[in-house]
Amino acid sequence: MPAIKFDPEVCVRCETVDCLMKCQYIEFAGISDAKAEKLKINAGKESRVLNECLTCYACQEYCPFGNNPFYLLVELQEEKRILPAPKPIVEEQLRMMGPKGRITPQKVRSPVVDMCSFPMLAGCVRGKLFEGASVISGNDIFCNIMWLHFAKNSVIRERVPKIIDNIMSFYLKNSNIDEIVCFHDECYGTFTSIAEAFGIPVPFKPIHLFDYINRRLDEIPERIKPINEKIAYQRPCSNRLSPETDKILDEIFIKIGAERVPRKHDRENALCCGGVPRAHQRDELADELVEKNISDMLSTGAKYCVFNCPFCMATLGQEVAEHGLMPILVSDLVLTALGE
Amino acid sequence: MNEFIRQLAEITGPGFVSAEPEERYLYSMDQGTMPPVEPDAVVMPGNTEEVRQIILCANKHKVPVVPMGGGLVLSGLTRALHGGIILDMKRMNRILQVNPKSRYAVVEGGASEGMLQAYLKKHHPELKHSMPDAPPIATLAGNICIHGSGHLSVLGGFHSDMLTGMEVVLPTGDIVRSGSCSVSPDWFARAPLPDLSGLFMGWSGTTGVVTKLGIRLFPSYSHNDMLIFVCEDADLMPDIISRLTGTQVAEDMTPWMTPKPEWARGFLHINISYGAHSKKELTFKRNLLQASVKKYSDQKIAGFLPMPPSEKSRFLKIPSPDLVKFADLRKGGGFEYVGAIMAIEHFAEAYRAGLQIARAYNVSYSMGARIIGAGHAMMFFYAYAFNRADPEDINRAQHALEATNTAALEIGGIPWKSELPAQKQIINKMDPNTFDLMNRIRSVLDPNHIMNPGNWEK
Amino acid sequence: MLNEEILHRCFRCGYCKMPSNYIDLNCPSYLAFRFETYSPGGRMWLLRAWLDGKIPLSKRFSEIMFSCTACGNCTEHCPFPGFKDLLLEAFTAARGAFLDAGRVPAGVRDYLTRMQLHGNPYGMPAKKRADWAVGMEISPFTGQEYLFFAGDEGSYDTRGQEIARSAAKLLAKAGISFGILTGGENSDGNDVRASGETALFEELAKKNTDLFNKNNVKKIITLSPHGFNAFKKFYPGLGGNYQVFNYTQVLAFNMGKLKFRENPDQVQITFHDSCYLGCHNMDYYSPRVILSAVPGLKMAEMDRNKQNALCCGGGGGNLFTDILSSGNESPARSRVREAKATGATIIAVSCPLCAIMLEDAVKTEGLADVLRVMELSEIINDRIM
Repeated sequence: MPAIKFDPEVCVRCETVDCLMKCQYIEFAGISDAKAEKLKINAGKESRVLNECLTCYACQEYCPFGNNPFYLLVELQEEKRILPAPKPIVEEQLRMMGPKGRITPQKVRSPVVDMCSFPMLAGCVRGKLFEGASVISGNDIFCNIMWLHFAKNSVIRERVPKIIDNIMSFYLKNSNIDEIVCFHDECYGTFTSIAEAFGIPVPFKPIHLFDYINRRLDEIPERIKPINEKIAYQRPCSNRLSPETDKILDEIFIKIGAERVPRKHDRENALCCGGVPRAHQRDELADELVEKNISDMLSTGAKYCVFNCPFCMATLGQEVAEHGLMPILVSDLVLTALGE
Repeated sequence: MNEFIRQLAEITGPGFVSAEPEERYLYSMDQGTMPPVEPDAVVMPGNTEEVRQIILCANKHKVPVVPMGGGLVLSGLTRALHGGIILDMKRMNRILQVNPKSRYAVVEGGASEGMLQAYLKKHHPELKHSMPDAPPIATLAGNICIHGSGHLSVLGGFHSDMLTGMEVVLPTGDIVRSGSCSVSPDWFARAPLPDLSGLFMGWSGTTGVVTKLGIRLFPSYSHNDMLIFVCEDADLMPDIISRLTGTQVAEDMTPWMTPKPEWARGFLHINISYGAHSKKELTFKRNLLQASVKKYSDQKIAGFLPMPPSEKSRFLKIPSPDLVKFADLRKGGGFEYVGAIMAIEHFAEAYRAGLQIARAYNVSYSMGARIIGAGHAMMFFYAYAFNRADPEDINRAQHALEATNTAALEIGGIPWKSELPAQKQIINKMDPNTFDLMNRIRSVLDPNHIMNPGNWEK
Repeated sequence: MLNEEILHRCFRCGYCKMPSNYIDLNCPSYLAFRFETYSPGGRMWLLRAWLDGKIPLSKRFSEIMFSCTACGNCTEHCPFPGFKDLLLEAFTAARGAFLDAGRVPAGVRDYLTRMQLHGNPYGMPAKKRADWAVGMEISPFTGQEYLFFAGDEGSYDTRGQEIARSAAKLLAKAGISFGILTGGENSDGNDVRASGETALFEELAKKNTDLFNKNNVKKIITLSPHGFNAFKKFYPGLGGNYQVFNYTQVLAFNMGKLKFRENPDQVQITFHDSCYLGCHNMDYYSPRVILSAVPGLKMAEMDRNKQNALCCGGGGGNLFTDILSSGNESPARSRVREAKATGATIIAVSCPLCAIMLEDAVKTEGLADVLRVMELSEIINDRIM
């Protein structure tokens, strides 16, 4: 079984242990305490971090050396049979999200928008922003990144090559297209960060939604009517796997007149939406996170709470709406600015 | 018979009596597997006095009378086994009184669950009543008389526990009241008088016709939520149920185990509904429930499903139309179930018996339970869907139901609203003095043996 | 029989008898008769029994079948997505079978005979169809934007004619360009079709489409939602492809052109949705948009409104065959009682059949002093300059 790509020497030499010291959810007595725990993990030994981890992916971003601290952690959790979530819940999810074998060949045109397992959001792909787009979706192309939350790297290894093959054989090959736009950056994370770390070849080019939107806006600038509103952005865990795209998002916001008001829990300090902790049976913690996050959002005077992740939006949408913020996906906010 | 029917028409008006083949056909059966038996006529009284007149007339002519509410019992209890008339009570559907200060309502014998719910939502939104998972036209009287249960049963017990009084027309035509309403103008309780309501609940309509009833109402909450607990091991269920009910904050608890959708097969789920007057209170109750089963979630062998609010709304709809949809599972408009009331500790046994029967008879099934009170008992149900147009399918379902009744009794459970064959099985197991007393009471109340005869006989 | 494969799938759960808020009963025939046989579920089971040879086509059975007004409450509220949309078509097909067997209530037979012989249900001469417009400045249709189709009630019933004149007058005031055909039109046939007499419906439709096409009709405004339903849904399959609007839909967009008098009387009204505009074509809004633009009106909705509206009992030919009135509780009477309970003094309607049915019920209920039935155009004409 191919190991996670990582260099143990890098961690030995590391002086700041950013992966653990910057963690928002686990306390350490100091750098040497954190280092000790990290070296335990690297050596395949039990560490309290394995049980306390929220699975927010942030340490992948915090590590300045790209040494895959989170993937390694999950690998060890699975090896030690540590379950962040109760077994029946994981089993049901594994079945629910498993490939259904219901995929049929479809001719597609560029841009091909990968909706993953959110076919109900196909309606978001509309207007001039997505002109001419084909949408692909379904369990048979599910990116499978969510298993990182449930200590199931083995499922990622097993299913991701298959879904990549599905994308190629059922959609891209016959249409002579070699790139897809990932509507959700979880998929993007799978095809870039995870593929690289797990050693899974990806024969097509994944394009990040923000990249696509940003370039498209440059093609149709005359159609933009700046919305001139303050927004609070809920940065999802998955964006930690493609942190370079956060700058692109800033460009998008500027172009559409959305002021991303600086707040405590944005960018590097983004907070988990609370959805996964609930699956981990940590409801009270999830409540705290939601409260902190929303008061922080409210302090900005924002009108919208902008989401990048449909799961964050499903989890937090009602809550933010009750507090007077309008929940909206990034793409829908852009469509608003385009009058669509 | 013709003279009798003519007299009925004089009592209710000719538009409310029919001896026509169409009515006789349709009222000969319900949606379950019990074979049809045609009545001689169908009558629809409009008030208690008409009911009394009809019964006096039936006594004179020695014609059997079968009271019927919504006709949704599924076990064929509203068939005229010995001929006679079906008394369709649904014209008597008024809500007579709601007392918000003592939280009770008084309704007519044919009043429907749906109309009471709508009435309360409009006129007394701070109150609600416990509704069974039946279509809204089901009658309150019918459900209470079969010891039904519903979405507030963890809070308040069986629906029969929620009865505060009755007005009944006896098989001899006398109109009696039971409960506080027999002495006081208020219908607040059956206590402290001799509880005569017991003569009419659970008797499958063989002891009289309920024309009015008082039922308890409960406070409705502005904040409502639900949790779904899932585990893999049926043997853990009694303890889990005991712990959850031990918090005494849930209103409803319904385990469900079904092979479809595929992801649910083999898992045991418990839907837990609760409400509160504020968000803080709601969170507090959630925490109590979660803490009660922490032992299991800490071991990671069971836990609460994470559900975004949008998914929960489907479960919070009362009554849930999902249950009725089970009837179209085999594209055949049929389902019937055995609801065995039993002690909680038999959960795993009951579950395994159900799996075995479904396999043996190759039937489409769904299992579940409704927890009663603070975990005092449960109504464990085995539902089988069948295609009404396929006699083979009906046959299999029928056999599965029979086997289920037998299995339930062996476990120490008792099928509720039991169909004819199951009644006989229950009688065989019953304390002979108990059955003897039942017969003595019936012969006193119904000397001409006209009330739904054929039921509860050896 | 068409759709017979769905008959046995009915579970007789009874959702078809009620509105979605369960506040009362909502199937007009079940409300009128109260036997299970007169509910949609009852019909499904009886039809299945007949096809299985268990019961014959009898007089009562035909009464049961023809007492259905095709209001669509059952389709709206049946919980079975696998076949709810086919319920009415199954009932229509069944009625066709009764007609083929000659097993029809006398009222239905007479209704259809009049339709066959005269092209209208009143048995009045065809050449008098445009008489309602006599004395009004309405042009014959010579290619104006819209053809105005008054329908049977609007053309021949006294009350219906009042409404036709009122609506036409209002449309003219709102600057709508329309004309009427003065010869050759017959019934739109909507309720003939609902009665199961498909051949006659197609005959009536063909006469109309031939005439409309000959006159180069492109857009039609109907007075009655019954006509709206037929033209919109069934005429395209029979050679009649027009852009069809119920007059409320055109008026709703032109309310701004009307000038209302200052200091209007303040009055509480309620709106009774018509089945063919509402339930069947999902337009609960054009009448409400209209009413909200009229000053002085305070709207109080009935408990059963929009998708839950109780049918007045006039559909499926019942306006003429009157089968529902031989039941014990007429839906129209239940409806006017419900209207009174809102505190309204006016019941606004958007269909001439509803107007006729509800006015009758108001009288029978003894409410003529406190409740008035007014068609939308009448309410507006009362208040504009």
